[in-house]
Amino acid sequence: MKWVRVGAVLFLLAVSTACLLADFVAPAPYAQQFRDLPDAAPSGQHLLGTDDLGRDRFSRLLYGTRVSLLLAPAAALLSSLLAALIGGAAGFVGGWLEDCVMAATDLFLSLPWLFLLMMVRAFLPLNVSPVSSVVITFALLGCLGWAAAARVICAAARTLCGSDVILLARASGSSGFRLLWRHVIPNLKPVLYAQFWISIPVFILTEANLGILGLGVAEPLPSWGSLLRELENFSAFSAQPWQFVPLVLLMVTVGCFQLVLRNQELWA
Amino acid sequence: MVLALGGFLGATLVRLAPGFGVDEEELDSRLNQESMQALRQSNAEEASVASFYLNYWGRLLHGDLGVSRTLHQPVRQLLAERFPETLESVGLGLVLGWVAGLALAMAAVMARTGFVDIAWSLLASVLLSIPAAVLALLFVLVQAPGRLVIGLIVFPKIFHYARNLLAHSASLPHVLTARAKGLSSGRVLLWHILPVAAPQLLALAGVSVSLAFAAAIPVEVLCDLPGIGQLAWQAAMGRDLVLLVNLTMMVTLMTVLANSVAELAAAPLGAGEA
Repeated sequence: MKWVRVGAVLFLLAVSTACLLADFVAPAPYAQQFRDLPDAAPSGQHLLGTDDLGRDRFSRLLYGTRVSLLLAPAAALLSSLLAALIGGAAGFVGGWLEDCVMAATDLFLSLPWLFLLMMVRAFLPLNVSPVSSVVITFALLGCLGWAAAARVICAAARTLCGSDVILLARASGSSGFRLLWRHVIPNLKPVLYAQFWISIPVFILTEANLGILGLGVAEPLPSWGSLLRELENFSAFSAQPWQFVPLVLLMVTVGCFQLVLRNQELWA
Repeated sequence: MVLALGGFLGATLVRLAPGFGVDEEELDSRLNQESMQALRQSNAEEASVASFYLNYWGRLLHGDLGVSRTLHQPVRQLLAERFPETLESVGLGLVLGWVAGLALAMAAVMARTGFVDIAWSLLASVLLSIPAAVLALLFVLVQAPGRLVIGLIVFPKIFHYARNLLAHSASLPHVLTARAKGLSSGRVLLWHILPVAAPQLLALAGVSVSLAFAAAIPVEVLCDLPGIGQLAWQAAMGRDLVLLVNLTMMVTLMTVLANSVAELAAAPLGAGEA
């Protein structure tokens, strides 16, 4: 099982490197239209063919992977930081603050946040730029996804504060910020890492769902969601099987994150 | 309280979105100045979140949920027409997801052979890696009933969680003792493993309702099922604030109810465990 995890990490590294080097690896810019070659089949020039506007699918896949693979961890980082700040403070201080934070997380966990996400995404200006749309989409994911992680971190912080390590640190004269910075936060790191890794595949899949519904990243900027939207016009499995490449890449990538995640769960 | 705050949060988020108040209809060159003015006036009524929300609650207390701006029908009528469809889809999805997830989790734990566990875990992991919308598209492509998709989305989460819980319960000392005394696998499962995991499984039941409602949006949109998920998407695309707030509150109500029922059901079991 260890070798499978190593393979998953290597795959994620390879995909990340390829998409980071998209400017050099991609045969064409993602928005360039080869107007004489719409809906072309794979060839030496266009490895995955072209879409209905004549854009190179392989280039769009590389750039789309870059958008999803860079911004989903960024959103996960935002939600993990919010969770650490809110949940960590609540667990450390306890009392009324913990009660308030737990009530807020109950509220957030009861809300149908895909509905909220759709609402806000739909009310963006009609002429929103693609870059703004991608930043807003992932920022919203990060801002709405902190509640479950905050509960876990609050519980971990509460347990930690009652542990012998913290009692010993208090007895040695540590208190306030020093206690938090030197003893509580380092011991919460495994839980934070686990929450971070858990969030990434969730955000990738949510963006894909929003993209397929037409509420994700705005054209012409590609993302996995907007690339998968092409499947809506698909009529048969055998007609253009290369159109499934983004789906296969998404599934393998999310699967690899899950494999790495199991390792993180063991840490936590 | 949660319901009121949920609706208010939804309305506030929409109000703070940068494009609020801009209507696609304003781009229609056939509209004259007076029509344009009337359109802007109707948008201005929703401009203040506080006044919108107070008016909304005032009407709600009289049983009036308002009128949808995009579909030009009373929201109450729309909900009455669409909600049964979603309840049916979500109900079927939950039953399928739970039956398959729990049965396979029990099989994986009781078989005690790596192959069965790996096979079901692999299936669940594959399903977890596919976006709900893609599953719905694939079902449309093979002309399979779209309602089954919700079951496939609920199944892997139930399987993973139930498998971990049951495996933990199966490793407890009293279960080892029961096995050593020669009890059959069925008895061990029914009398010694499931009761220990029951409170957490009931808590998962509450969470799975919320999961199924979220999955209903892409499934109903792409499989053309006329439920509240499709209605929410239409409202989002048409920037229909009244309809969106009502739908958010309705789904929040369902989630809160499901969680409360699960908590109430789990309470005596938890007390029994203690």
